[in-house]
Amino acid sequence: MKMIMAIIKPFKLEAVKDALADIQIEGMTVSEVKGFGRQKGHTEIYRGSEYTVDFLPKCEIMVAVPEEKVSAAVTAITEAARTGKIGDGKIFVLPIETAVRIRTNEDGEEAL
Amino acid sequence: MTMGNKILSVFRRHRRIGLMALVGAVFMAASPMRADEAVAALPQGTADILWLFIGAVLVFFMQAGFAMVEAGLTRAKNASNIMMKNLMDFSLGAIFYWGIGYAIMYGESGSSFMGWDSSYLFMNAATDGQDFALSAAWFFQVVFAATAATIVSGAMAERTKFISYVAYSIMISAILYPITGHWIWGSDGWLSSMGMRDFAGSTVVHSVGAWAALAGAILIGPRLGKYTSDGKVKPIAGHNLPIAALGVFILWFGWFGFNAGSTLAAVDGLAHVSVTTALAASAGAVAAMITTWIWFGKPDLSMSLNGTLAGLVGITAPCASVSTGSAVIIGLVAGFLVVVSCVFVDTKLKIDDPVGAISVHGVCGAWGTLAVGLFGQHSIDVLFWDEKTAIKDGLFFGGGFGQLWTQLIGIVAVFAFAFCVAFAIFYLIKITVGLRVTEEEELKGLDVGEHGHESYPDFTLNEEF
Repeated sequence: MKMIMAIIKPFKLEAVKDALADIQIEGMTVSEVKGFGRQKGHTEIYRGSEYTVDFLPKCEIMVAVPEEKVSAAVTAITEAARTGKIGDGKIFVLPIETAVRIRTNEDGEEAL
Repeated sequence: MTMGNKILSVFRRHRRIGLMALVGAVFMAASPMRADEAVAALPQGTADILWLFIGAVLVFFMQAGFAMVEAGLTRAKNASNIMMKNLMDFSLGAIFYWGIGYAIMYGESGSSFMGWDSSYLFMNAATDGQDFALSAAWFFQVVFAATAATIVSGAMAERTKFISYVAYSIMISAILYPITGHWIWGSDGWLSSMGMRDFAGSTVVHSVGAWAALAGAILIGPRLGKYTSDGKVKPIAGHNLPIAALGVFILWFGWFGFNAGSTLAAVDGLAHVSVTTALAASAGAVAAMITTWIWFGKPDLSMSLNGTLAGLVGITAPCASVSTGSAVIIGLVAGFLVVVSCVFVDTKLKIDDPVGAISVHGVCGAWGTLAVGLFGQHSIDVLFWDEKTAIKDGLFFGGGFGQLWTQLIGIVAVFAFAFCVAFAIFYLIKITVGLRVTEEEELKGLDVGEHGHESYPDFTLNEEF
């Protein structure tokens, strides 16, 4: 089991969700987050004064998948979220120790 | 020249003015009890100017209503852009209506197609001759011109380049609105001469704005993500429905000035106009609520708000020609029509109109204008005009098709002209400065892209905070 954590551009969320659904990954957790990478922020102007907004709005997707689906899921997210421009985001894959479905007490991959 | 004559000469748009002043005077004289109670009466000319002023400031406040409705029904990332558009279509519109628009609309040495009077250019005629009635007339008219201009803002929201909108605002206030306005409200306009009745501007103001909006929305195309590649419609929810509701209440409030103010004189008849206006708006809201309740399963707020506006647009032309019962029916039909039309435009025509402006102002504007030919009553209309200029009875009141036909000609002619000219204006803008922002900017929002800042910066983390 792996946890895939993807930081993407907010307007790509819908496309990523659909791409994951296409490979039978059902369920994910999404947060609206702020951040920056090499892209850095942008400047805004307020009443003539410039200021830098470093943290840009992004979407963070958390999706837990069984081992055999990890590479397919990573590919699906990469393809769906790519615009080719700086700021497209990153994907992190983390190990999961265990998982439990609260309603039924199932654990391990059964719970995904 | 007496004050009364002056008023008469200034407000030739509505021949009823001088008449109403006269009727008022006779009425006062005929009821001695009133005369005894009266302390010192305001001269009729001054009262007329005062009433025009009150009407005009009420209509001016509608600009705030439009701004709130549009901002509420669109996304947070475009709110400042919408405020800026609503600020500028009035500000630029006023300057160009002062410069040229008023002369085209009300000048009397032009033709039946287009007015002209070079002394009205820049309106110095008013102060040169100390003709404050003329000043009042201009002030009352400029807020109507701004209303027509601002309707387009909502229909083209969230994707239009700011500079292109600025260019369009100038064109509609300087040329497009004054020309069709002259046809119906000018003393020698060709539709006016035919006997078309559009009391406060269902067609003159609302339809003209909406047909321009239709042309613009078609040319600019839908917002990104509104329609999927396989043709499915995706709703793009507005970011603040309470603000949209406040906007509708402000518009409703201002509309009493729009309709009742269009008596153009402090006359008793304005009371009847207020009643028909209040009733039609209420009926519009109720009809839209019932329609959505049955159709969508829940009473829908944003559609019911559109229903209120639909009722108001619908009663704008017939407000001084119909009975209170007819006003309720006109409002009910408008409230039903607007829901059907919004869904039709959205899902069948696939024209992206974020606030429903085309349905509210265009479709219901046409309905209201037509309603004069259906529900109009000579006996009511004559109270505001005179025997010669009052309308014929409508179809439902035994007058046959005469008035209906005239109204229909007006609707079609204004549609054809306004749509074609607006299409040409937008097309010209499109091939020169461009109509639409870049895809990247649209996704980021026009607030940052066009104006360099956000509407709600407290939601942004940055170093200082």
